[in-house]
Amino acid sequence: MKNISEITKITTVTSQHKEQNAPMNNSYKTWFKSGSPWVWLSASGVSLSLISVLGLLLLIASKGLSYFWPATIYQFEVNDLQGSSYTVIGEIYERESIPVSQLAHTKMVFSPETETVERILIKTGNRELVSLDFRWILVPQITKTTEPKNVVVIERRTNGNFYGFIDKIILDGKEVKKQQLTQLIERVDNFQQQIEDLQKSDIGSINYQLERLRLKEKKYKINNQLTSDLKQEIDIQVLALQNQYKVLEKKLMNLRQQVVRDQIVVRAMDGKTLTINLENVLSVSYANQLNLVEKAEVFLQKIGHFVSDDPREANTEGGVFPAIFGTVLMVLLMTVIVSPFGVIAAIYLHEYAGKNGFTKILRIAVINLAGVPSIVYGIFGLGFFVYVLGGSIDALFFPENLPSPTFGTPGVLWSAITLAILTLPVVIVSTEEGLARIPSSMRHGSLALGATKVETLWRIILPIASPAIMTGIILAIARAAGEVAPLMLVGVVKMAPTLPLDGNFPFLHLERKFMHLGFHIYDVGFQSPNVEAARPLVYATALLLVTIIVALNMTAVSIRNKLREKYRALEH
Amino acid sequence: MTLPLASNRSRQLKNSIARWGITVGGISVLFTLVLIFMYLLYVIKPIFESATVEPVAITPVSNTYKTAKQILSTGVDELKEIIYQIDQAGNFNFYSTKNKTANKLLLSQQLIGKNKNLIKVIDVQSDSANKNKILIDNQGQVTVVAANFNSTFVGDERTVNPSVVYPLGESVLPLDDQEQSIVTAGMAMDDERAIFISFTQDHRLIKTTLTAEDDFSEDSEFEASYQEIEFTQKDVENILISPDLMIAFVQSGKDIFVYELDDEENVPLKERFTPVNTKDNITAVALLSGGSSLLIGNDKGVVSQWFEVNTKQGRVFKEIRTFNASSTEIISQIYTEQFRKSFITLTPAGEMSLFYTTSEAMLWKGSLNSADAQITSLAIAPRADGIVVSELTKEGKQSLTLYDVHNEHPEVTWHALWQEVWYEGYPEPAYVWQSTSGTDDFEGKFSLVPIAFGTVKAALYAMIFALPIALFSAVYTAYFMTPALRKKVKPTIEMMEALPTVILGFLAGLWLAPLVEKYLPALFLMMIFLPLATFLTAFAWYKLPKNLKVKLPEHLAPIILIPILIFAGYLAIWLSPLIENAFFGGDMRSFISNDLGINFDQRNALVVGIAMGFAVIPTIFSMAEDAIFSVPSHLTSGSLALGATPWQTLTKVVLLTASPGIFSAIMMGLGRAVGETMIVLMATGNTPIMDWNIFEGMRTLAANIAVEMPESEVGSSHYRILFLAAFVLFIFTFIFNTVAEFVRQRLRDKYSSM
Repeated sequence: MKNISEITKITTVTSQHKEQNAPMNNSYKTWFKSGSPWVWLSASGVSLSLISVLGLLLLIASKGLSYFWPATIYQFEVNDLQGSSYTVIGEIYERESIPVSQLAHTKMVFSPETETVERILIKTGNRELVSLDFRWILVPQITKTTEPKNVVVIERRTNGNFYGFIDKIILDGKEVKKQQLTQLIERVDNFQQQIEDLQKSDIGSINYQLERLRLKEKKYKINNQLTSDLKQEIDIQVLALQNQYKVLEKKLMNLRQQVVRDQIVVRAMDGKTLTINLENVLSVSYANQLNLVEKAEVFLQKIGHFVSDDPREANTEGGVFPAIFGTVLMVLLMTVIVSPFGVIAAIYLHEYAGKNGFTKILRIAVINLAGVPSIVYGIFGLGFFVYVLGGSIDALFFPENLPSPTFGTPGVLWSAITLAILTLPVVIVSTEEGLARIPSSMRHGSLALGATKVETLWRIILPIASPAIMTGIILAIARAAGEVAPLMLVGVVKMAPTLPLDGNFPFLHLERKFMHLGFHIYDVGFQSPNVEAARPLVYATALLLVTIIVALNMTAVSIRNKLREKYRALEH
Repeated sequence: MTLPLASNRSRQLKNSIARWGITVGGISVLFTLVLIFMYLLYVIKPIFESATVEPVAITPVSNTYKTAKQILSTGVDELKEIIYQIDQAGNFNFYSTKNKTANKLLLSQQLIGKNKNLIKVIDVQSDSANKNKILIDNQGQVTVVAANFNSTFVGDERTVNPSVVYPLGESVLPLDDQEQSIVTAGMAMDDERAIFISFTQDHRLIKTTLTAEDDFSEDSEFEASYQEIEFTQKDVENILISPDLMIAFVQSGKDIFVYELDDEENVPLKERFTPVNTKDNITAVALLSGGSSLLIGNDKGVVSQWFEVNTKQGRVFKEIRTFNASSTEIISQIYTEQFRKSFITLTPAGEMSLFYTTSEAMLWKGSLNSADAQITSLAIAPRADGIVVSELTKEGKQSLTLYDVHNEHPEVTWHALWQEVWYEGYPEPAYVWQSTSGTDDFEGKFSLVPIAFGTVKAALYAMIFALPIALFSAVYTAYFMTPALRKKVKPTIEMMEALPTVILGFLAGLWLAPLVEKYLPALFLMMIFLPLATFLTAFAWYKLPKNLKVKLPEHLAPIILIPILIFAGYLAIWLSPLIENAFFGGDMRSFISNDLGINFDQRNALVVGIAMGFAVIPTIFSMAEDAIFSVPSHLTSGSLALGATPWQTLTKVVLLTASPGIFSAIMMGLGRAVGETMIVLMATGNTPIMDWNIFEGMRTLAANIAVEMPESEVGSSHYRILFLAAFVLFIFTFIFNTVAEFVRQRLRDKYSSM
C-alpha cells in the first residue's frame, strides 16, 4: 500500500504527458475518464475535515482568549429616529450587517444603493441603571465615536461591570485623592479575603462539627446507647463550639464593618451618578490607558483569576476553580478504579484467554462496552450505584442520617465508578495493543529461564508495556474529562457549596456532589438567565476544557508513536 | 543452583493465584455488561407485569348480621388499616385490619333514625381524599356522609382514629323545594358550592345548588337555590356530576342526557346520546377519574368509554374504546379509581375485572367471592393498592374482605408505548410523549414512538452530513495520500473524536444555530459550490504547465484545496444576503415559515445534523480508513499492473474488498449517532414531534433521559419507562456494535488468509 501514491504519481504524469497535445474537449473527456476529478473530490473530504477540526479549534481559541483580553471602551454619540441624542459607553461585543429591508418598519431613510446596514452590539453594563446590559446600535445613527482616556471599567461582585467615570473617592465619609483608590481596593480585598477564610474554613468547620455531634447523638439513640454521661459530654462539646461560633461571628461583624467603609462615586453614560461601595468592587481599570504590555499583564491576570476564583452571579461571572477541582478529583478517582481493572482484563485477554468462542464473546463485550451510549451508563449508575449500592451503604453504615441520604444520592464516588466502567474499554484496548507489540521471544526467553508466567508478566511484560498502559490511562482520562451526559445523573451539580476535599475529617468527602467543567459549559450556556452575558465565559471554559483534552490526547498519541518506533526496532 | 523446593511451591502457588485473579478480572468485563443488561431489565420488568389481587384480611360482620341488614357501601382508609361499611340499618362501622387488633370494631355510629332504613348509598367520584357518600332513606330523604381518618402520634407509634363527618351538615338536605321524596341523586362539591341533581318521586329533575356561607371545609352552613330541569322521562337510573361541577350525566333507560351546570339561570341540555344499540341495555355507568370520561356497561358484559371529541359538528360525545369484561353476564357495577384511569367491573355472579382505559389493558380477571356468597358492595382504596369487598352468603352471613392489589403501572403496556393511543381531550388517536404537566390530575402520556423517531431522525441527518465527508476522507487518506502526510492528517482528524460533545453541542446551539439561520441560503449554495470548486481546481491543475505541476504535486490536493474551499465557502456566505433579497424577499427564514408554511425552529435538525455529523466523522473515518489501508497490496498492484487507473483499481478492487470494513465503520458511526446525548440536548429544542422537517427539532431517547431523569420519581412508571428508553438504546447499539465487530473479525481473517 505504501507504494500506491508513487504509482499514482507516475500514472497520472504519463497519462498527462500523452494528453498534452490532444484537442480541448477530448482532453476534458480523458481527464474525466482518468478518474482524476473523483480523486480530487475525495481529497476535498480530507480538506473539509481538516478545515472543520482546525477551524473549530481556532474558533474556540480566539473566542475563549478574547474573553481575557481587555477591550477598548468606546463612547458613542447616537442620534436616534426621534431626533433625540444620547451617549452610549461600552465594549463592542458583536458586529453584523443586516439587509435594509429588515429595517423597513423603522422608517429610516437610506440611499437606494445601500443594501445592508451595519449594526453593533454594545455591552453597556451598569445593570442597576438600565434594564438590559446589551444594546444594538445602527452604525449610521452614530454621530461621534471616541475612546475617552479617563473611562473606567469597574468589575464588581454583583450587577456585573460598570462603565463610566470616577467622580470622587470617599474614605470613611471624606473625599480623598483618586490615586488612593488602588490602595483602598487592596485594603478591602485583604478584608474580603479574611472574611472568606473565616466563613469557609473556621465557621464552616464549626458547623460541620456541630452536625457531626448531632448525628453522633442520634446514632447512640438509635443503638440505645445514649446514657446521660454521653449526652452530657456531647452537650458540653456543642456548647463549646457554639461559644467559639459566637466569637467568630463577632470577628466577622467587625470585618464586615471595615469592608463597607469606603465608596466610589461614579458617573454613568447618561450622566447619572452612583455610589458604589468598595465592598462590591473587584478591580478598577482605565482600559483605554493601557498599552500593549499592560494589556498583556491584565490578560494574564484575568486568566489567573479565571482558573483560581469561585464563580459569581449564578456562575455567569468569576472563575471556574471549583469546576476544575471537581473534574480533576473525579477523574483521579476514576483513574484509580479503572487502571487495575483495565490492565488485568487486557492481560487476561492477551496472555491467558484461549482462542475460543468465549474469548470472542469477551471481545464483543469489550467493543460493546465502548459503544454503549454514555447516557445508558448514567442511568445505570443512578439506578444501581446510587440507589441500590448507595442505599444499602446508608442503611448499614449511616442509619443516623436517614431519611436524608449520605451515599444514596448522586456524588463524586458514583460518578467516578460510572465513568470507570465507561472508560474501561479504552484502557483495555490500548494495553492489549501494547502487549501485542511485545515480541513473543521475550516471553519465551523468560519462561525458558525458569520464571513462572506471573513472574514473566510482572518483571518483563508489564514494565515494557507500561507506556502503552500509560497511553490507555491518559486516553481514558481525556474521555472522562469531557463526558457530561452520565454525570448529569450521577453527581454533577451547577453549584456545589463545598468542595469534596476540605479540612474537615475525613477530608475526602466521596459522597459530596461536585462541579464539572463540561457541565459548567452546558449549564451556563443553556440554563443561565442571561445567556448573552455569560457566553464569553462559556467560550473561555470550553477553551480550557479543549486545551486539557487535546493536550492529554497528544501526549497519549506521542507516547504510543514512540512505543511503536521502539518495538519496530526490536522486531528487526 | 537449585532453589529450595518450598520456595518453588510458593512460586507455583503465586502463579496459580495470579492466574485465577486475572481470569476473574478478565471475565468481570463480561460480567459488567451482563450486569448492566440485567439491571435495566430488572427495573423495566414491573411495568409489563399484570396486576395481582391477594386477600389480606377477612372481617366477619357479626353484629350487623343479627339485624339482618345488608351492607350497602364499604370503604378503606389510605393506609389500609381500617375498613368500614354502611348497612341498610344505617350503621356506619369501622373495623381494624392491623394484625394486632384485627377485626376489632373501632367505631359504630347510627346514621339514621331507628324507624328508618337506607335504600341507597351512592359513592361520589371526587378529587378529594374523602369520598362522599349520598345516603337515601326509605322516606326519600338525603344526607351526605364521609369517613374521616386522623393520625395521631404517640412517640413513634401512629394510631389512626376514624370518625364520621357530615360535609353538608347532619340534618336532611333540602334538595327539593317541593319536599317530594328523592328517588336518586348525584352530587359534586368543592369548598364553595355543592351541586345536586335529584330525581323525585313525581318525575321531576331538579338541580340544587348549595352555596357555602363561608367555606365547606370549615363549616357546613349553606344557602340553597333550585332550578328545575326540563325532563320528560319517567325513570332515572343514574346521575353523575363531574368533580369540577361543570357537567351532569343523567342516565334514563338507554339514553344519556348531558347537562351543562355552569349557567346560573337554566340548565341547558348539551347533548343526548344512546350509547347502546337497540338490543342492549345500560346496566351500569361511572365517571372515570378526572370526570371527563363516562364508562357505560351493558348487559352483554361490555364496557365502553365515552368522552367529548372535537368534530366538525362541535364537541360531541364519542365512543372511544370498549372492554369485554364478561362474555356471559351483565355488568352490574363499575367502580373507578380516584386518581388513575383504572376501573373495576363486577357482574352479578361476582366476576371481577380490572381495566386501565388508555392502555386498553385488562389487568386482572377473576372472582373474589366464595361459591355460595354474593358480593354486595366494593370499594377501591384511595391509593388504588387495595380493594375491600362485602359478601353476603346464602345463610345470610356477611363479611368484609380486604385485598391487596399490586397494580403500580397499569398505564404502561406494549401497546401504549408503541401504538397510537386516544387520550382524553384529543381529537383522534396519536403518538404522544408528555410525561409531566402543571396540573395534578394530568395523565402521563408515554409513547416512545416520537422519541424513537427523533433518535432516528437525528442519526439520519447526521449520517447524511457525515458519510460523504468521512468516506471520501478515508478513501483518500488510505489510498492516495503519501505516508508522510497521512501520519499527520490521520491523528488530526481523529482528534475530532476526542473533542467533548458538550463543546460541540454548545457551539452548535449558540454559535452555529444563529449562523445557519442567518446564512441559510449559503448552506445550500455550499452544497453546489464546494464540489464545483473542487472540480474546477482539479481541472485547472490538470491544465497547469508541467513545471508548475511538479512544484504542486497532485498528492498535495487536500492542502491545495483548503484555501480554495474556504474561499468557496466565504463566497457562498457573501452571496447569501443577495440571494435572500433576490428570491426570498430578504429573509429566507420568514419565507420558509410564511410562504411555504413549514415550521422553522432556530435549533433544528439541520444544525444537529451538522454538529452530530461532525462527531461521527472521525469514528467512521478512522475505521473505514483502517479497512481500506489494510487491503493487501498485491491486489492493488495486480490491478494497476493490468493497466487499470488508480481510480478504477480503487472502485473495482479496493472498495469491494474493504466493503465489509466500511460497512462496519458505518454501523459504528450510526451507533454513536443514536446514543449521542449532549449535542442533541443543546442543539435542538427537544420537542417530541414526529416530522421529518429538517427545519424543526426533535427529541431523542438519550436527550429525553438526560432531561427527564433528574425529576422523575424513583420507582414510578415514568422512571421505569426512562429505563426502558435506555434499554432500547442499549439494544440498538448492542446490535450495531456486535454486527460491526463480527464483520470486522471476519474481514481480518479474510485479509490474513490472502
